[in-house]
Amino acid sequence: MRALEPWVEAPLQSFLAESSARLTLLMTTSGQVVAQHGFGRSLDVMTAAALGAGIVASTEELARLMGTSRFGALVHHGTGQSCLLSAFGTPRGRWIGLVVFGRETSVGIVQLFFDQMVQQLADAAPREQPAVPALAENFEHELDASLRALFGR
Amino acid sequence: MSPAQATLDRITRIPGVRGALIASTGDGLVVAEQLMDGIDGRAAAALTGSLVARLARTADGAGVRSPVFIHLRGEQGSILAAPGPDELVLVAVVGPEANLGLARLEMLDAAGRLG
Repeated sequence: MRALEPWVEAPLQSFLAESSARLTLLMTTSGQVVAQHGFGRSLDVMTAAALGAGIVASTEELARLMGTSRFGALVHHGTGQSCLLSAFGTPRGRWIGLVVFGRETSVGIVQLFFDQMVQQLADAAPREQPAVPALAENFEHELDASLRALFGR
Repeated sequence: MSPAQATLDRITRIPGVRGALIASTGDGLVVAEQLMDGIDGRAAAALTGSLVARLARTADGAGVRSPVFIHLRGEQGSILAAPGPDELVLVAVVGPEANLGLARLEMLDAAGRLG
């Protein structure tokens, strides 16, 4: 498990221990990865983050068109593996969780401990957010630094 | 009243029973519930469903039959679970004063007719 910010580690570690999730990805709604567990290659993380953020954006737009509130979570039930995708609010903005889990656990367990993690993240988030300029000239450097932090290389 | 609600109604009439629910062991979700305030049915379904599924796998691994009734005793009450057909489980949350013998009999009878 690797996280860009230390305060994310304890809630995520607790979720991983309780849920038995195989893969977990926390990201912003724009697809910027915050933490990951189980991914072996940076390319897989970036692809999953982009697809996850796109799916959440699509479902939120669908909800808007249908005149309903946002969907709480999207669960894809597979035969060997299933996937939970859920957006949630944090003091650092709206984030998305992507969780892949197998038959060794259940969607009920994953949802239960995912909701606990969301609460723990809200409690653990530092209230003072450091100002980080999102300048175009810094983008590639920031991306490289994030990937090094997430994969340790 | 649906058959599931009728089953839960029957279980919750037993003295000392604080609530009952039917959960799916496969996905750990609530199928039907009748619980007193303060009991988190979603958590009970997820955790009991997981427990029943793991016990069934353990029994299978040990070469014995799956449990037909599970009694998880705590200091302030118990969780009772009776697995039924179609990956369903009937769960009751009971206080320390509950009539456990009657609850067991009723739950075993009701669990056999789930699904």
